[in-house]
Amino acid sequence: MIDAKTYSKSFIIIILVLVVCFVLNISLGSVHIPLQDVFKSIIGSSTEQDTWLYIIQNYRLPKAFTAILVGSGLGISGLLMQTLFRNPLAGPFVLGISSGASLGVALIILGSSVFGGLLTTLLVSKWSIVIAASFGSFLVLISVMVVSLKIRDTMAILIIGLMFSSITAAIVSVLSYFGSAQQLQQYVFWGFGSLGNLSWNELGIFFIIYCFGIVLSIFSIKSLNSLLLGENYAKSLGLNIKRSRLLIIIATSLLAGTITAFAGPIAFIGLAIPHMTRQLFNTSNHKVLLPAVFLFGAIIMLICDSIAQIPNSDYTLPINAITSLIGAPVVIWLLVRKRKMIF
Amino acid sequence: MENKNNIILNTENLSIGYASKKERTIIGSNININLNRGELIGLIGANGIGKSTLLRTLTNVQKPLEGTVKINDKSLHKYDAIDLAKVLSLVLTEAVSSKNLSVFELVALGRQPYTNWVGSLSEYDMNKVDEALKLINITHLKHKNCFELSDGQLQKAMIARALAQDTDMIILDEPTTHLDMYHKAYILKLLQKLTQETGKTILFSSHEIDLAIQLCDTVVVMTNDGVVSDQPCNLIADGVFNSLFPKDLIVFDKKTGSFKVKK
Repeated sequence: MIDAKTYSKSFIIIILVLVVCFVLNISLGSVHIPLQDVFKSIIGSSTEQDTWLYIIQNYRLPKAFTAILVGSGLGISGLLMQTLFRNPLAGPFVLGISSGASLGVALIILGSSVFGGLLTTLLVSKWSIVIAASFGSFLVLISVMVVSLKIRDTMAILIIGLMFSSITAAIVSVLSYFGSAQQLQQYVFWGFGSLGNLSWNELGIFFIIYCFGIVLSIFSIKSLNSLLLGENYAKSLGLNIKRSRLLIIIATSLLAGTITAFAGPIAFIGLAIPHMTRQLFNTSNHKVLLPAVFLFGAIIMLICDSIAQIPNSDYTLPINAITSLIGAPVVIWLLVRKRKMIF
Repeated sequence: MENKNNIILNTENLSIGYASKKERTIIGSNININLNRGELIGLIGANGIGKSTLLRTLTNVQKPLEGTVKINDKSLHKYDAIDLAKVLSLVLTEAVSSKNLSVFELVALGRQPYTNWVGSLSEYDMNKVDEALKLINITHLKHKNCFELSDGQLQKAMIARALAQDTDMIILDEPTTHLDMYHKAYILKLLQKLTQETGKTILFSSHEIDLAIQLCDTVVVMTNDGVVSDQPCNLIADGVFNSLFPKDLIVFDKKTGSFKVKK
């Protein structure tokens, strides 16, 4: 297999692009801060105005890091899904994983009235939302997996994933019907997606779970590569299919689940990033693709967030809308122009 | 007298078929075959006679109903997955999932049983891959992606992948389907060359009976009456090929070693 070394030049370039995007993302925002002071506050020395330091260290830096974690994590979970399900259209959204997370969150936010007043304060804490979202996504992924064991047709699996989304959407509708206006607003805002709500502490927890997901993905590289041949060939190469499949699923639900939990449902990144990466890196080797998707996902997410900020204005657009506006055309373009939705 | 060391694969009272909770569908029973090391072996039989089931059983994809399959005198179910992957490689009828793999990447995947946890290729692995590409004569296709290949080229790449796996035995399920007459002969001739040059044992199932008769050292024939294996000339002399198909349409011509349509 062509080694990562062959692509070292491309890797250096996209790492540089990532750094530029990172700095750009931090320097843009409703308050104008000179680039010089941006650098100063990153390394922790004092800036011309104390508020600048505060804005950057407590608002913009955590947001930029969240963007990196979200973009790279969703990209990687999309890559894992596409290889596991042997389908270029697979991704955390299409397979209903994100809607599973949404259902978990909806049950917590909207269903708290059903569970009764005593539990409300306990349930609607940030952590319960995180746990519910992870649990919901894991549950949906397991169900999709169980169905896919019985049905070999990958197209059918995708349709079933979409049906799961419909079912969860329906349950969410029912819950919203009974929910209060305040709860509804909370849920709708969660659904917009947001990168900027995390404190350093929350980011720390996010990062730890994210790392588990990434480590599992790295350990799945070899099995992912043999799965490119199909399951029977992978088996003939000595791969323990059941175990590798479980590892990949756990990695995906950890990544997609926590990301959806902390940042809300972010559309299209998981589907589009692996395809965009394959345009740049002409390989199927996950040893190259995994780090490339990681970097590329982070870059795109930082760019999306910078756009969502609308530089020098007070408005912040919902990040979910921006990723869809960028992601959907990319997928259409790949299909129409390149006819290259292969994986 | 047969030397026991010379037998790479043998079956003992093997019954093949499908078992569910309710019933057992027996497709073939009492199968006893011995396959010699370093030979090219063809498996032939009519559609639906159970060639694929036999191959699936021999390759541990499905369990035998009764009896055992032994490779190198060790029962198949005693091998763990990795060890079996070092003894037996496969070329299946199904297409590879990812058409975006380059030929080199595809062939290099054959080294997986030997590589480390992340699948890094050592220099030895690289040499094995290059060797396989050279043997199959597809070094020039190395950087092409699978979707750019013709059916014949893809089949060659799949054989190269099995070669790179560096196993004593390669089993191919109908390697000549979808190929034109020339490429059918080319692939089977290539398999013959491989057995002669590498000493590997190659077993393939095929409907190309005349080619199998010409090229194989041993032919395994599956009929309704059972499974016979012998040298092609002995099988012809015994008239085994006549019992292969219903006799209303085609007959086996002993002189040319091929089937003729009844006039």
